[in-house]
Amino acid sequence: MGMTITEKILADHAGRAAVKPGELIMAKLDVLLGNDITAPIAIEEFRKAGAERVFDKDKVVLVADHFVPNKDIKSAQQTKLMRNFAREQELTNYFDVGEMGIEHALLPEQGLVLPGDAILGADSHTCTYGAVGAFSTGSGSTDLAAAMITGEAWFRVPESMKFVYHGQRQKWVGGKDFILYTIGDIGVDGALYKAMEFTGKAIADLGMDGRFTMCNMAIEAGGKSGIIAPDKTTLDYVEQRASREFKVYESDPDAIYCNEREYDVSKIEPQVSCPHLPENTKGISEIGDIPIDQAVIGSCTNGRMEDLRIAAMVLKGERVAPYVRLIVIPGTQSIYMQALYEGLIETFIEAGGVVSTPTCGPCLGGYMGVLADGERCISTTNRNFRGRMGHLESEVYLSGPAIAAASAVLGRIGSPEEL
Amino acid sequence: MKLEGKVWKFGDDVNTDEIIPAIYLNTTDPNEMATHCMEGIDPDFMEKITPGDIIVADKNFGCGSSREHAPIAIKAAEISCVIAKSFARIFYRNSINIGFPILECEEAARKIAAGDQIEVDLASGTIVNLTKDETYKAQPFPEFMQEIIAAGGLMSYVMDREMEQT
Repeated sequence: MGMTITEKILADHAGRAAVKPGELIMAKLDVLLGNDITAPIAIEEFRKAGAERVFDKDKVVLVADHFVPNKDIKSAQQTKLMRNFAREQELTNYFDVGEMGIEHALLPEQGLVLPGDAILGADSHTCTYGAVGAFSTGSGSTDLAAAMITGEAWFRVPESMKFVYHGQRQKWVGGKDFILYTIGDIGVDGALYKAMEFTGKAIADLGMDGRFTMCNMAIEAGGKSGIIAPDKTTLDYVEQRASREFKVYESDPDAIYCNEREYDVSKIEPQVSCPHLPENTKGISEIGDIPIDQAVIGSCTNGRMEDLRIAAMVLKGERVAPYVRLIVIPGTQSIYMQALYEGLIETFIEAGGVVSTPTCGPCLGGYMGVLADGERCISTTNRNFRGRMGHLESEVYLSGPAIAAASAVLGRIGSPEEL
Repeated sequence: MKLEGKVWKFGDDVNTDEIIPAIYLNTTDPNEMATHCMEGIDPDFMEKITPGDIIVADKNFGCGSSREHAPIAIKAAEISCVIAKSFARIFYRNSINIGFPILECEEAARKIAAGDQIEVDLASGTIVNLTKDETYKAQPFPEFMQEIIAAGGLMSYVMDREMEQT
């Protein structure tokens, strides 16, 4: 019987010839990830257990990205705890201010996550790395602590859902619109406990940045992981970055899926997800008149080069509407640099936006763009839960970078076609 | 082990930002996290509850971020158990890993009302609604997870295994 790409990767990492959905396995991990929110709890658990050394100092990656440069004394304490641990354990891959980026933009860029890997990260958006053809899933801090000691984690082999995207995408439509549309279709628990496998011509047509966006939001449908089998686009991306061997897997033609869905992307217009769940999606033409106070372009979902280029294309020669704040956050230092070389940063600032150092900050209401009572934000981030970006009576609308940039200029949610 | 408490009822898709808003993630202290438990959905929650009370919710409880702060805050608030129609997977995993009891039971989620007094037997998965005089049966934990819980959480489980190997 055939296996899916996810089942093959898990089988190999469990030292088995084959695995089936529902089986509990112990899998060896290639990469472990923690950040300044989740690692401190993991480090305390690691110490409480009496552990002294991590299983492999090359495989434990720690990134200070949520609340750095630190927003307050408490977050500074947390980062200090993590920094000291990284130094004590002589971790090869510790990223602090100056080198850091938003973890899920940073790890692929650094070539740390590769096709065929099994990856566990104490951050729900760890599913992003499925875009390079890896099995990658989010966990909590205790899972990270245990895996830092053993190099392994237990998994229930997930059933796979197959999503096939056909056709030619419309102008201003990208990976964000595909995934929002899909979440709108299946709901925020539509893929609960499952692996979401994305395939089809329209996926092949997407660049890596759009693929990262899609896999990133698998968790917003409840998914355990998102995955896209490697193709030439993937290999071109990873080969120039990888410093170790990797293995390319693909699903067998007779692999079993618990559900298969097909979409004609030529019928998908730019999507907006309305408060307070990502599944509340609408096409931009159905959105109506919704004034905004703030627009955020960035995050682990949409803070990559392609996103910034699209935003700059929309904002070039335009001006942010009166009383609207535009906040642009490049995902990593090298994305920031590249945007600088390409003149994108200049475009953002001339349009009346501000450009921040890489941080998760506003996405989770941490800092650098927190919303007040009654305020409304269009954001390229991933969650629009009640109070997600600040006050409980504020609202978040999710979109791709084209809609967010156009909305900043219009002062209401709208399309670049209206400019 | 039997738990008994008064029920606080929540709906579908209660997310981790509601369980503990992200501005409070700058601590590792469970007692401090507890003071903000459920603040994003019911700001007065901590003033209303008494130790041992039980949360009952509909589908996809704990969706959103991977923050272990969410089950830690509920546990440290001395809520004895969460029963839901279904749980988001990272929240489910985190709860098992910290040794906090959670049960999936569609019937209980549907029939139990806010304020009901209920009794939960974790070993058998039996839930008795003392107010309505009804009994519901929850999905028992898979054996593998029972071992983790019996060991007192994932860290003890892992350290026991490490000891066996050395």
